Amino acid sequence: MTPALPRWADLVLIPGLNLALAFLVAGLVVVFIGEDPIRAVRILIQGSLGSSYGIGFTLFYATTFVFTGLAVAIAFHASLFNIGGEGQAALGGVGATLVCLAVPWPHWALALPFAILGAGLLGGAWAFIPGYLQAKRGSHIVITTIMFNFIASALVVYLLNNVLKAPGMSLETRKFGEGTYLPFMHEMLGAIGIEMSRTPMNLTSILALAAAFLTWLLIWRTRLGYEIRAFGHSEPAAVYAGIDPVRITILVMVMSGAMAGLMALNVVMGYQHRLVLDFVGGAGFVGIAVALMGRSHPVGVILASILFGILYQGGAELAFEMPAITRDMIVVIQALVILFTGALENLVRLPVERVFARRARG
Amino acid sequence: MDLPVVLQLLDSSVRLAAPLLLACLAGLYSERAGIFDIGLEGKMLAAAFVAAATSAYTGSAWFGLLGGMAASILLALVHGLASITLRGNQLISGVAINFLASGMTALIGQSLFGLGGQTPQLDGPQRFGALTLPLAETLHGVPVLGPIWSDLVSGHNLLVYVAFLAVPATWWVLYRTRFGLRLRAVGENPAAVDTAGVSVVRLRYGAVVIAGVLCGIAGAYLSTAMSAGFIRDMTAGKGFIALAALIFAKWRPWPALFACLLFGLLEAVGIRYQGIRIGDFAVPVQLMQALPYVLTVVILAGFVGRAIPPRAGGRPYVKER
Repeated sequence: MTPALPRWADLVLIPGLNLALAFLVAGLVVVFIGEDPIRAVRILIQGSLGSSYGIGFTLFYATTFVFTGLAVAIAFHASLFNIGGEGQAALGGVGATLVCLAVPWPHWALALPFAILGAGLLGGAWAFIPGYLQAKRGSHIVITTIMFNFIASALVVYLLNNVLKAPGMSLETRKFGEGTYLPFMHEMLGAIGIEMSRTPMNLTSILALAAAFLTWLLIWRTRLGYEIRAFGHSEPAAVYAGIDPVRITILVMVMSGAMAGLMALNVVMGYQHRLVLDFVGGAGFVGIAVALMGRSHPVGVILASILFGILYQGGAELAFEMPAITRDMIVVIQALVILFTGALENLVRLPVERVFARRARG
Repeated sequence: MDLPVVLQLLDSSVRLAAPLLLACLAGLYSERAGIFDIGLEGKMLAAAFVAAATSAYTGSAWFGLLGGMAASILLALVHGLASITLRGNQLISGVAINFLASGMTALIGQSLFGLGGQTPQLDGPQRFGALTLPLAETLHGVPVLGPIWSDLVSGHNLLVYVAFLAVPATWWVLYRTRFGLRLRAVGENPAAVDTAGVSVVRLRYGAVVIAGVLCGIAGAYLSTAMSAGFIRDMTAGKGFIALAALIFAKWRPWPALFACLLFGLLEAVGIRYQGIRIGDFAVPVQLMQALPYVLTVVILAGFVGRAIPPRAGGRPYVKER
């Protein structure tokens, strides 16, 4: 056995090198298209962090990714790979929408707890079925969650077409009542005298931080969290210790799905104020990259989410300044991050371990 | 429904089933060797793009096919590197490959052609055209069998026949050759194969590359045979339906044929009849679209016969020391 790596190498060095590789390859792709990668990065940073407008959008996107990233991370701790974030988030949106449309809410503070419940309930329910099937019937969670993404997308199209559609051409619900609008960040900061441009960033960003903290508490400070980690580490050992695998699998999947569903608060209730077709827009999949990059730790997830927020917002500016680099570049970077920090992790880890082993001997 | 309508429906089922079948068999080789492959979609998409682009530049669908296979094999080798050599997570690798293909095809397509991620329209020798089988004209007058031969069996492009011939070929390779026996063994118990002195790594790479070839043909079919060019994300979940068909077929070649034909038929019916009514109940189009996925979940749940994957699937093999 190679000796265990020092903590800093495990937590900083290896993810850092993996990330560097991913961005190196992304840079090569930019060169291949015939653009200057250094200038591209400058535009990217300028567009995402250079103004309060850019920062607002960056953090708005990041907020969404914190939820979907935590969703994947929670499941990772139990060794479950939840690819279904996209579908669970879509169902979460339906839940939040039903709550917002059902009652003429007088104030957002009243609507919010129920919207959290609605989004979490439907998102969680959409993950419950794959979780139940994995725990009770042994069907593979990855395959069922993929299938449930497609089923969710068909279901939402059906609902928007036949049940919730507002009069008009586009596939969306009617606008929510104003009593459900979450306060925007520029309004909240304006109230205490800080100037900020109008951006979609809203109260949900603070909820995302709270969600990250609660996830940390759950995983590392509760008995259930201990059981989840034990189960994720070794199922036979956990079962031997009296941990019920069915209960853990189902609970983890429901929590994961609920977390993914909560991203709807940010986009649907905080910004669009109606359910629009495809409002998830791949955020559920970004959550996979975010969780891998953040090594399933809430702090890592937040940092990785901000990075992807920068990519999303800066990428939009980039597509404007350098038309050859379309927004698809974000998908490429996302793929490279998943590839190098997830699948090809050992490309870096094995040599690094060898170097440390040699130093330990010599 | 009269015969011509049924034949038209079956005819389009066959066309729609062909790419599913190729991708499904690709997955079969890979997963029977113990390598999960959820990157079928990405490999097909990359192949579809490179095939159409190569064909547009060279003017030959054959070069397109070769280019598409090369792109797909390249991604398959990345998957092999991640999951065989580096013992990484095969599922995460598959997810990465899908996104890589989706992003890169759109990005490079825009940069090469500037058509919003599409390739130019292909025609003539840039595409695989319909083949007329012998006697199709002469037999057309014969009742029932005549139209079946000339309208349903004849008149497809070459790649459709390749797809359907790949089924018996796969059966033969898997169950009648030494390579096939070892391939199946390595997916069930790699340690036993290793003990017998056969290289697990080489076998698994072989399987992954075969999957690359088949996905390459499937992709080329989409952009240079079924359609006249590449449009972005044109696989539209076909790779996952193929995966569903593979599970439905319990990782066996002949049932894979029927699963793919069934899913092809579902799609064909969904396209032809936008509003099906059963009694007073109008079946929504979305239900038809979701049906393959729902069926897969039901099968996976073991309510209609159990689908048990190869035992060593998804687990990297570590040689004992």
